Amino acid sequence: MSELTSLTLKGALDGLKAKSFSAVELTTAHVAAVEAARALNAFVLETPEKALEMAARSDARIASGEAGPLEGAPLGIKDLFCTEGVRATACSKILGDFKPPYESTVTANLFGDGAVMLGKLNMDEFAMGSSNETSAFGPVVNPWKVAGGNQSLTPGGSSGGSAAAVAADLCLGATATDTGGSIRQPAAFTGTVGIKPTYGRCSRWGVVAFASSLDQAGPIAKTVEDAAILLTSMAGHDPKDSTSLPVDTPDFASFVGKSVKGLRVGVPKEYRVDGMPAEIEKLWEDGVAWLREAGCEIVEVSLPHTKYALPAYYIVAPAEASSNLARYDGMRYGFRAEGNNLTEIYENTRAQGFGAEVKRRILIGTYVLSAGYYDAYYLKALKVRRRIAEDFDRAWEQCDVLLTPTAPSAAFALGERNADPIAMYLNDVFTVTTNLAGLPSISVPAGVDAQGLPLGLQLIGRALDEGTVFSVAGAIEKAAGFKARAERWW
Amino acid sequence: MSTNANVIKGRTGDWEIVMGLEIHAQVASNSKLFSGAAVGFGAGPNEQVSLVDAAFPGMLPVLNRYCVEQAVRTGLGLKAQINLKSRFDRKNYFYPDLPQGYQISQFEFPIVGEGEVLVERDDGSSFTVGIERLHLEQDAGKSIHDLDPDATYVDLNRSGTALMEIVSRPHIRTAAEAAAYVKKVRAILVTLGTCDGDMEKGNLRADVNVSVCRVGGYDKFRESGDFSHLGTRCEIKNVNSYRFIQQAIEHEARRQIEILEDGGKIDQETRLFDPVKVETRSMRSKEEAMDYRYFPDPDLLPLVIDAAWVKEIEASLPELPDAKKARLQSQYGLSAYDAGVLTGDAALAAFFETAAVGRNAKLVANWTNNELSAQLALAGLSFDASPIPPKDIAELVELIEKETISSKIAKQVFEHMWAGEGSPAAIVETRGLVQVTDTGAIEAVVDRLIEANPGQAAAVKDKPQAIGWFVGQVMKEMAGKANPAAVNAILKAKLGI
Amino acid sequence: MAVDAATVRKVARLARIAVPQEALEPLAREIDGIMQWIEQLAEVDTDGVEPMTSAVAAVLPLRDDVVTDGAMVDKVVLNAPKSISGFFVVPKVVE
Ligand SMILES: [Mg+2]
Ligand SMILES: [Zn+2]
Repeated sequence: MSELTSLTLKGALDGLKAKSFSAVELTTAHVAAVEAARALNAFVLETPEKALEMAARSDARIASGEAGPLEGAPLGIKDLFCTEGVRATACSKILGDFKPPYESTVTANLFGDGAVMLGKLNMDEFAMGSSNETSAFGPVVNPWKVAGGNQSLTPGGSSGGSAAAVAADLCLGATATDTGGSIRQPAAFTGTVGIKPTYGRCSRWGVVAFASSLDQAGPIAKTVEDAAILLTSMAGHDPKDSTSLPVDTPDFASFVGKSVKGLRVGVPKEYRVDGMPAEIEKLWEDGVAWLREAGCEIVEVSLPHTKYALPAYYIVAPAEASSNLARYDGMRYGFRAEGNNLTEIYENTRAQGFGAEVKRRILIGTYVLSAGYYDAYYLKALKVRRRIAEDFDRAWEQCDVLLTPTAPSAAFALGERNADPIAMYLNDVFTVTTNLAGLPSISVPAGVDAQGLPLGLQLIGRALDEGTVFSVAGAIEKAAGFKARAERWW
Repeated sequence: MSTNANVIKGRTGDWEIVMGLEIHAQVASNSKLFSGAAVGFGAGPNEQVSLVDAAFPGMLPVLNRYCVEQAVRTGLGLKAQINLKSRFDRKNYFYPDLPQGYQISQFEFPIVGEGEVLVERDDGSSFTVGIERLHLEQDAGKSIHDLDPDATYVDLNRSGTALMEIVSRPHIRTAAEAAAYVKKVRAILVTLGTCDGDMEKGNLRADVNVSVCRVGGYDKFRESGDFSHLGTRCEIKNVNSYRFIQQAIEHEARRQIEILEDGGKIDQETRLFDPVKVETRSMRSKEEAMDYRYFPDPDLLPLVIDAAWVKEIEASLPELPDAKKARLQSQYGLSAYDAGVLTGDAALAAFFETAAVGRNAKLVANWTNNELSAQLALAGLSFDASPIPPKDIAELVELIEKETISSKIAKQVFEHMWAGEGSPAAIVETRGLVQVTDTGAIEAVVDRLIEANPGQAAAVKDKPQAIGWFVGQVMKEMAGKANPAAVNAILKAKLGI
Repeated sequence: MAVDAATVRKVARLARIAVPQEALEPLAREIDGIMQWIEQLAEVDTDGVEPMTSAVAAVLPLRDDVVTDGAMVDKVVLNAPKSISGFFVVPKVVE
């Protein structure tokens, strides 16, 4: 669209600092891009007045020399984040027109640093999905299409709106959340960068909960450096979240571009799964070669419980969700259905307010926690979770970072995998392990497949070692020289 | 073990009741267990509610240190095991006054484990009740059903307030024992300052688990630990006074016996006590059996407390009722009864101990526990607010000790004290109530009486008890101020007996 | 542990989600399929393994007992489907 929307976050921040353009100009360009891109269905709520108001205040602060680190940068906010006075729905009908009287810690951090909000981004309902098709607002369409084709593809999920908006240059970066791969898989499907930090880095306060022990916020951005800049702002200890880590946030951007010489990169053999496209296998090998060239030592490692991560996840996440979503009962906020008595009103409210995938997961979660099944399912899953975390602990004796593909396929067509929930769940086979173990992991675009669709590589680090993850991601980004862009059709 | 068991006669034989209690005690804290909203009584609807208490999306719990400390304190007061590592779990169920759709409680790993409470019966005998556990949990809000015929109003002010749930073993055998147990636990909590014990406001509530079995079943249970010797229990929820506890238990036991004697079977269920109809009724149908799906709360991490902190709390504990009773008995030579009365009321005990310094403690206890206690009760005052200060009671006792006044005159003096006429010494002075010990004055009266009543004087020689008539006459003439011992001695000498 | 229509009905009741009679059977089949796939966890030897309830190797932080929140009844009932003078108004609860 305009020159301004094709800037990276870093480029835009430099331009603002150099007064090459104003925050209002930058925001106006993005507001126009958002309006012009409604065919993508990336935004569920556009807030142009608010955006321009915030941008004007940014200009004033830039003029008075009080600019924050993200001053004037227009961002998209996933609808899972509560935003004060601005509708937040988690893309579920059950929240109705809920307007939170509070701002989530993560968005408050971003806005406190000067960022501008363009609006709320589409996502899978309550972040449950891998294709953005469970949203009450309809699916997001991936800006990318198969070379020469016209079929609508999924941008992945659950942060599909975030990934699509960044890929289509509608915003300079976006907030996202990741419970089983919801930042990284959409990033891989859209040629963007997405990082899920260490569990506890970003406060969960004010983020609609899906599965509390797995949920982590993170950014989706155009470059590794942009992702690092955003995460530096989003992260930080929050006494309002008991699981927030009481640690300082380093300047993550300072790790990008650092030499990776001498780092040991582990390649887990169990991630070579049946039926993985040859192009992904090839890309993985490319990644290994690039890092070897950059001076890394490559070691094969074993994460023997990898294949049990998804089934364990599909007990732990639904169990927590079944309880976290009990508060949506139509009594204090959100949608309330009719009924002849209290129980009926509860049951109708929740039957009509939740979509099919959310209901399916609530039922599974309720089932695995119910009397007689707790030990066999829930407790077993928690023990398997420990086994998975221990696999990583052992791997860290041999290596400093792990390299894997992000997803087992490129973006697929909307509607293609709706019929089979397990086929859909398998999208997260490479990402879900780090949610269970709480480790930082990033997806970096590294190439395209034969159809011209982007593919991502994933780097996994030790807990709280996002620095190394960013350094290695920067090396991959540089070596891959990924320049492909979605051709504009919207 | 069966001593004092309450045997209930049935049509088909004798039965006994077995009970375990769950006491919910609100922690006397400023703010809620997991939020910074105020705890209190009497605020307007939803005024003491944070968005955490109302379970808004994305709101998270943060644990109140003071509430943890009070749970530990209470655990120590119950002579219980303190668990340095515990955990919060979610108890899931739907109810309009339960905003989260779950209660945060401690299911698998409570902060306090096994302990025991020594409970006194009215007859002075005592029994021990085992404590199974104490855990921290959130209270629910309040549903108000009578403001609108077609709707329920929900006030969440109480939602999220910290409760300590104290679970007893089934070691309680009669309705009176149940009330005595609650009374004793309440005294411990109030002494510790961990709960204000106000039952009228619902700050202390009891759930009673009642079962009945054939006589002997309880003993078998105690010997083996095997619950199958006991009957199926029903839980009666939220009984909020000693009287209701007793009524609810008596009704429930009779109900269960009737069912069993008719060949029926008891359903394990939750029942509600209706204090108007004086009966219990089922709260939930069996079909709706609850399945709470407890699991560790993923918003919270394991609660780990420091052994040194527990030691610190232990060192700061006040004297607990049992220790206090023993000390009052040994230090002041009081009867078990008087020491028990004093232990039951901290303000009374403090009053007593202030007044008893350097005085005859038994006499002081008589005055505090009887006359003063009665007057204060009539006036609706506590010992903290007594218009008669401890030093005046001490002075009154001192006047008796020094034989300045007799016990009988002391009662008059006390009435004047209560009427606000000043210190006992001043009252005795201005009203001329000083006891006459001057033998000359007494002798004069005695001589006069013997002279005027020769017949009576002669009769006393054969029937010494008749001396009482002379004593009465002397006292009457001397307006009660004569020293009774001196009067007796002089009469005996003069009458030659 | 096959999931049948009766199980789904029971679980849906616990979760307070109305499921029409005709949907019970298909839903049961679907959930049963997922549970069959999950059953592979049984292969993992978890003897003596401590269940992992959190990815954070820390203990619970505690806050001071001070009043820092509340007194915002307008915000509390702002989004309520129905409220009267500060109360949430909900369907009649019959006890
Ligand atoms: Mg209970
Ligand atoms: Zn309880």
